[in-house]
Amino acid sequence: MTAHVDEEWTLPDRGRVGVLCLIATEAALFAIFVVAYLFYVGASRIGPLPKDVLELPIWPTVCLLSSSITVWFAEHALHDRRLRAFVSWVVVTAILGAEFIRQTALEWRHLIVVDHLTISTNVFGTTFYSLVGLHASHVLAGLGLFTLVLVVSLRGRTMLEHARRFQFLAWYWHFVDAVWIVVFSVVYVVSR
Amino acid sequence: METVGHIEVTRTEADWTLTGSLHEWLVTVDHKRLGLMYVVSALVFMVIGGVLAIVMRAQLAVPDNTLVPPDVFNRLFTMHGTTMVFLVGMPFLAGLANYLVPLMIGARDMAFPRLNAFGYWIFVFGGLLLYFSYIGGEGMAGHGTAPDVGWFAYSPLTEHPFSRGTSTDYWILSITLTGIGSISSAINVIATTLSMRCKGMTLARMPLFVWLLVVVSGMILVAIPPLTAAQVMLLLDRYLGAHFFDTQAGGSAVLWQHFFWIFGHPEVYILMLPGFACASEIIPVFSRKPMFGRAAMVGATVSIGFIGLGVWAHHMFTIGMPPAANTFFVASTMLVAVPTGVKIFNWIATMYGGKIWFATPMLFCVGFLFQFLIAGLTGVMLAAAPFDWQLSDSYFVVAHFHYVLLGGLLFTLFAGIYYWFPKATGRMLDETLGRWHFWLLVIGFHLTFDTLHFAGILGMPRRIYTYAAGRGWEGVNLVASMGVVFQTAAILCFIWNVVRSLEHGKEAGNDPWDAWTLEWATSSPPPEYNFAKLPEVRSSRPLWDIKHPADPDWKYE
Amino acid sequence: MSSDVLHAVTNIFRPASTPAQSIYTLSMLVLAVCGAIFLTVAGVLTYTIVRFRRPSFDIDREPPQVYGSNQIEIAWTVIPVLIVIVLTMATARVISEVQNRRPSADAMSITVVGHQWWWEIRYPALGVVTANELHVPVSAPARPRPVFLRLESVDVAHSFWVPQLAGKTDLIPNRSNTMWIEPKVEGVFLGNCAEFCGMQHANMLLRVIVESADEFSKWVSLQRQNARRDHPGEQIFLSLSCINCHAVGGTAAAGLFGPDLSHLMSRQTLGAGVIPNTPANLRRWIRDPQVMKPGNLMPNMQLSDRELDQVHSYLLSLR
Repeated sequence: MTAHVDEEWTLPDRGRVGVLCLIATEAALFAIFVVAYLFYVGASRIGPLPKDVLELPIWPTVCLLSSSITVWFAEHALHDRRLRAFVSWVVVTAILGAEFIRQTALEWRHLIVVDHLTISTNVFGTTFYSLVGLHASHVLAGLGLFTLVLVVSLRGRTMLEHARRFQFLAWYWHFVDAVWIVVFSVVYVVSR
Repeated sequence: METVGHIEVTRTEADWTLTGSLHEWLVTVDHKRLGLMYVVSALVFMVIGGVLAIVMRAQLAVPDNTLVPPDVFNRLFTMHGTTMVFLVGMPFLAGLANYLVPLMIGARDMAFPRLNAFGYWIFVFGGLLLYFSYIGGEGMAGHGTAPDVGWFAYSPLTEHPFSRGTSTDYWILSITLTGIGSISSAINVIATTLSMRCKGMTLARMPLFVWLLVVVSGMILVAIPPLTAAQVMLLLDRYLGAHFFDTQAGGSAVLWQHFFWIFGHPEVYILMLPGFACASEIIPVFSRKPMFGRAAMVGATVSIGFIGLGVWAHHMFTIGMPPAANTFFVASTMLVAVPTGVKIFNWIATMYGGKIWFATPMLFCVGFLFQFLIAGLTGVMLAAAPFDWQLSDSYFVVAHFHYVLLGGLLFTLFAGIYYWFPKATGRMLDETLGRWHFWLLVIGFHLTFDTLHFAGILGMPRRIYTYAAGRGWEGVNLVASMGVVFQTAAILCFIWNVVRSLEHGKEAGNDPWDAWTLEWATSSPPPEYNFAKLPEVRSSRPLWDIKHPADPDWKYE
Repeated sequence: MSSDVLHAVTNIFRPASTPAQSIYTLSMLVLAVCGAIFLTVAGVLTYTIVRFRRPSFDIDREPPQVYGSNQIEIAWTVIPVLIVIVLTMATARVISEVQNRRPSADAMSITVVGHQWWWEIRYPALGVVTANELHVPVSAPARPRPVFLRLESVDVAHSFWVPQLAGKTDLIPNRSNTMWIEPKVEGVFLGNCAEFCGMQHANMLLRVIVESADEFSKWVSLQRQNARRDHPGEQIFLSLSCINCHAVGGTAAAGLFGPDLSHLMSRQTLGAGVIPNTPANLRRWIRDPQVMKPGNLMPNMQLSDRELDQVHSYLLSLR
């Protein structure tokens, strides 16, 4: 079976390929919810309408996008084997993500209780809550994974061997942030 | 003792795949065992789906029949379609991919063995959940009702006012679960192929089977999410009062159709391409020639993958889209016929000038070529939108897609089973029984599906549980129902062949077909570790190179 | 009368109306091209499997290993693309012919509203309301009279398909579609709902009665009148819950859920085509609609024999 193959044989890391595939498939999923949102822009027969009740979520956006930067710092720290710095940056990332969720929850509470906008009020409500909610659920999943990483890190030095794997989580997190940019533009800018 | 190169594989090691306790099978992460489990499960669901079809054809054999009432019939065609697409086609391709891809690329397993197991078991759960609806589902006709909204479940029929109870929810949930399983498999195939090829196996040297399954996996990643999204939206409509497809409150019935068919059309290529994959391995070996135009085959496959994402609204020609939109989808649909046709020409060119050996796998491939040609041409007819305004939602469409999936896909899957059964079990399937299987299936298939084209031309719509006498539909329906007898006999023949050959089949050895790809370089069945020493290759036909050292492929590729 | 001829067999290749004829012409072209492709490719395939069978001798020597040919690949890609271009252009022309036909100011317009599992038919300009059958005047070559149909639905998706008169167009709730027919032959043309719409989709049948201009005028005059008011059974009918679903012109019955009954006996079938409209069938239907069309939305009203007789006799008067 031997043949004379002289060149070096390097192939992509399978974890990277896997996570990129996952991101591709999630992108397709989000795309459909975005299409549904755009399809129904202007189609609600009764209010409330986006311009009536939506405010630009500047602070949550700042939090979430900064968390992409902090997760990048965390990646680097882990790569340089600086475990304490790594843990700190992961904690900051998680706090920023949690603040994003908290702001989303506050926004939703206001929309439901004060503005009387629910998923069943009109097609705006339907498409708003489903799209923003789908994104928020992905943020929550990321927070769950960061928690897992923290638990593992606080119990020993295992994470050092899994630096490669942390990168996959970081890429996922960057994806979630990129989706937020799209959601922000479509929901809070274009449709308002 | 089989030998691989100079390294011995013992009988015990070779038999590893097929032995083992129930516990070992339940917790296995080995790609060969999971592959077999997928294929066997798919065959079981195929028999169940076939029984549903037998009842339908019995009901439709004569006009004004009262064999089954309308609500039962509506459940039959819903469950038949859903089963065949999601519980037979998809797991079958997952089984073939998971079994063969690591062997063909010279790897020891898939990239993510545990993900592999997860994908299998979630499919099993989804399938059982769908059928549990026969016990647990609630519908308008009371308790114990399976879904009855058709396999593509158009809204607003699926919305709460028109589909009360839970039967529709069983459809939604089970398909969402099997979709997650399919995505898991797809991620695994792509990661395995990109990251675990043996030394020297550049992408250009991968077997066409692997290429086709990579394209299929890419399509799964992009096409299944629209279905999942639509399912979630429908659940939100049904349970949280959302209005995605709720026309009573400003929602759009057409939006469901767009989302479903953005999934649904690529889905039929996802189903068919693995059949092409089997044909692309079998036809060269049994013609004793390399695939004619390998690069063109890869190019055609990738083209089908891309163009196929842009044809979906040809399922919606009758909804009243504007002329420009209709014309666009006519053009894209007819265009996708070109790479598909190119593949047929390349298969024929492979056979041309060869020495064709009509063993059972090749018989099924030849049947596939004739039948898929016809299926493609009736597809071109359906692509001409005004013609489709007559043919859509009639038995002509039913005949067309059964020609693709039964006459095309199933024939190539049987070819693949006859071809790789020796590798997986170490025993040959019986050739005589194989011929009986083939010819009975050919007769039955044509009796049923040739005639159903005419039912459509005579104006018979789909999904009707009965029809009046005097419409001109009696004769074609009776003949179509008679075909079922032959098809059933064919499947029984096949099952008998499998059961008998497992014990008494001729011993296969490593390479019973004198083939050229890496799976034939190890024992039959392969040991748990696949290859004693991971291979190194220099061409797309490594075993040809070994068997013909004076004339190896790498001199010409 | 030729308008009584029942064209029971609905062959799409026997068009009797302009749009169906346009479709037929296109389909013949497509069939011819596909037929030619089939004969060519199947011919080559058949030749190949016969000529290149493995001979029983000399099985050990492999045939010449041919890897491909760029020229051949290009040729058999370009030729199909050309065929696709021709077919697409021919198809685009017919799409335009059919979809871009616009009604003239005086063209007849019918609104068809789909219900589970019957067809509500309205002629807005003429003030006519009926169910399950359309009457249209025949189009002479010298005097084409296209009829435009507006298609809507109150519940789920349906599809209007009378094969010999036109291709099908869907009735989708929350959406209005348009189609047209221009029948050239008198007679009764049958059709079906062609989009699965639930339990009794199979029995949501359709008929289009194409008649001479005179016959059509007579029919319109009859349909425009209010229902006959001289039957003693009317009061009994109005006292029962029938009026919750059904309307009878000129009476207090104004229900919209079920078909308008003003001129019930002028129609050819009952239950949207499931049974012929005869006195005996009408009685059977009223007694228990679930027997002949199980699952349909008219329940068994549990009428006593006497009530049944009275209602039956009243409905028979609604010509």
